[in-house]
Amino acid sequence: MRTPSLEARAAVLSPVVALLVVFAVGNVLVLACGQSPLSVFGALLDGTWGNPYGVGQVLFKTTPLVLTGLAVAIPFRAGFFNIGAEGQAVLGALATAIVGAFLPPGTPWIVAVGGSVGAGLVVGAAWGGIPGLLRARTGAHEVITSIMLNFIAFALANWLVATWLAMPETLHTAPVVQTARLARFSSFWDVFEGSALNVSFLLALAVAGATSWLLFRTPLGFRLRAVGANPRAAEYGGVSLPHMATLSMALGGACAGLVGTNFVLGYKTYYEDGFSGGIGFMGIAVALLGRNRPLGVVGAALLFGTLSQGTLVINALVPKEIVEVLQALVILAVLASSSEVRARLSRDAPRKGDA
Amino acid sequence: MNAFLPVVFAVQVVRISLPYALAALGGTFSERGGVVNIALEGIMLSAAFGFVFGSFVTGNAWAGVGAGVLAGMLLASLLALMTLRFRADAIVAGVALNLLAMGGTRFLLKRTWDSSSNSSRVMAPEAWGGGEGTWGAVASLVTHPLVLLSLALIAASHLVLYHTRFGLRLRACGEHPEAAATMGVSVRRVRLGGVLLAGLFAGLGGVWLAASQHQFTDNMSGGRGYIALAAMIFGRWNPLGAAAACLLFGAAEAVQIHLQGQGTVIPTQLLQMMPYVLTLITVAGFRGRAKPPAASGRTYEGP
Repeated sequence: MRTPSLEARAAVLSPVVALLVVFAVGNVLVLACGQSPLSVFGALLDGTWGNPYGVGQVLFKTTPLVLTGLAVAIPFRAGFFNIGAEGQAVLGALATAIVGAFLPPGTPWIVAVGGSVGAGLVVGAAWGGIPGLLRARTGAHEVITSIMLNFIAFALANWLVATWLAMPETLHTAPVVQTARLARFSSFWDVFEGSALNVSFLLALAVAGATSWLLFRTPLGFRLRAVGANPRAAEYGGVSLPHMATLSMALGGACAGLVGTNFVLGYKTYYEDGFSGGIGFMGIAVALLGRNRPLGVVGAALLFGTLSQGTLVINALVPKEIVEVLQALVILAVLASSSEVRARLSRDAPRKGDA
Repeated sequence: MNAFLPVVFAVQVVRISLPYALAALGGTFSERGGVVNIALEGIMLSAAFGFVFGSFVTGNAWAGVGAGVLAGMLLASLLALMTLRFRADAIVAGVALNLLAMGGTRFLLKRTWDSSSNSSRVMAPEAWGGGEGTWGAVASLVTHPLVLLSLALIAASHLVLYHTRFGLRLRACGEHPEAAATMGVSVRRVRLGGVLLAGLFAGLGGVWLAASQHQFTDNMSGGRGYIALAAMIFGRWNPLGAAAACLLFGAAEAVQIHLQGQGTVIPTQLLQMMPYVLTLITVAGFRGRAKPPAASGRTYEGP
């Protein structure tokens, strides 16, 4: 049997090491709250994967995390860091809600769903493309510009909703037309009764599959990864760096712009101010833990979806804010372990020429 | 109309600019040594919390200041650990540390004050002078110990960077670490110094944010760390230039607060966007023309 390469072993081992470290720190935090880790962990598992409603809620929370994870992972593959997924998701969801609400009643469902989902996609891509374009044209770092665009997006959405779009005495928009709404799983399977899980979960999985195909099976994906691996070599090979900066960030933004499909079309039927609650930032942890691979992103999103739902269940014992600490620790642990694991593996491995 | 309005406005601008300036100086030290410091935002936030927590627990405002600065330096040392020990990408690590600071302060806010928005009121250092009217406002600014401390640090930072052995070594590590290493400089140790100074400066900036409000509010740094990075770029990685650039951002925020208080036709939300739009324009407009330290952001692989 062929032994896996050092890189391959490091790729598997380092996220595992990272998760173990974070798990240990999580236990310490739980102890610091005066709770027993065993009972908290038991309650968390029981409230998530222990019953169909819990499973439904976990998958419902996983849906946007797959999308924001991809929103970070795609630009990352090209060497760009999108921390603006939050703002892209907010404006995309708002666009989805606006189009959905202004369509005449009785619009055929394919037009209603396509139009409102498409609006989110386009607005997300545009908002994500700006930092890419600025990076390409002026060299302004996308981290600073995309976080500034987050703040601008929040203020813009808040202004649009508060002054123009809100229903009287609320902070949410008018509901979308009936035909634009997406079916919940509970309408097919009674076991999911009460859970907000809807068909946009399948959309998120499809987007992950499409991303995988794009990145690893098309010339465009090859060029995109080439830029991330070695920008100078890629440029020498004829790839335009400005194009790739703009394109990869816009593709990421498009994924984030689809978040509204889950929240607006599948759950609330309207856009509500402040709905995003950090999912864009959690996308960073999801992407890094998933090693910027679409399949890995889905797996990491499931883990964080479980944590998000689980912390609601155990909120009485441990403040739900613990999940935000854990997501940051996951990123740090993945970063630290990837170099550490590789260093240790190569130290243990016999060197070439040693016999 | 008050004839002294320009004076009052200037006092306001200096007050608002101080945390920006301190953070921008911190960023300058870190980046002149070669470590990009996106974590300024998190340093400010954790220092603000550290100050309020320290002051709350001890009942002593200056103990709070010490605790705040320590909290800032703790976060900075995590950045040093990630970049210098684990050779992680400084930008990704910095963003993660900002998330850690945001989540960590939220968690502790909930644990300590059982609130998701703000802490209770705490003691803060007060100005020695003060009084009514325009000159009272001026006096309360120029006799405030934190203001004096900050101004002294701003002046000192120029001297440290350009007129000390440490400053020379720091700049060498940011421009050409391999050359510095050849001359017998321990690149990692010098860079650690730069990052810890960033913790000290940006930490004091965070302390000032919380001290001027006598409390901690959720996410009270509000992007100031990122704005300070833009000011640092605008100031071309020079301490005095960065501090001067912060007056611009302070003035923009002062105008925004002033207009908001006056009640103009411009909606509040659009006014709130101003500092962020200004930052966007600054980094997009000047990055190309300003030259960053040659080795900043490059992981040092040497010994």
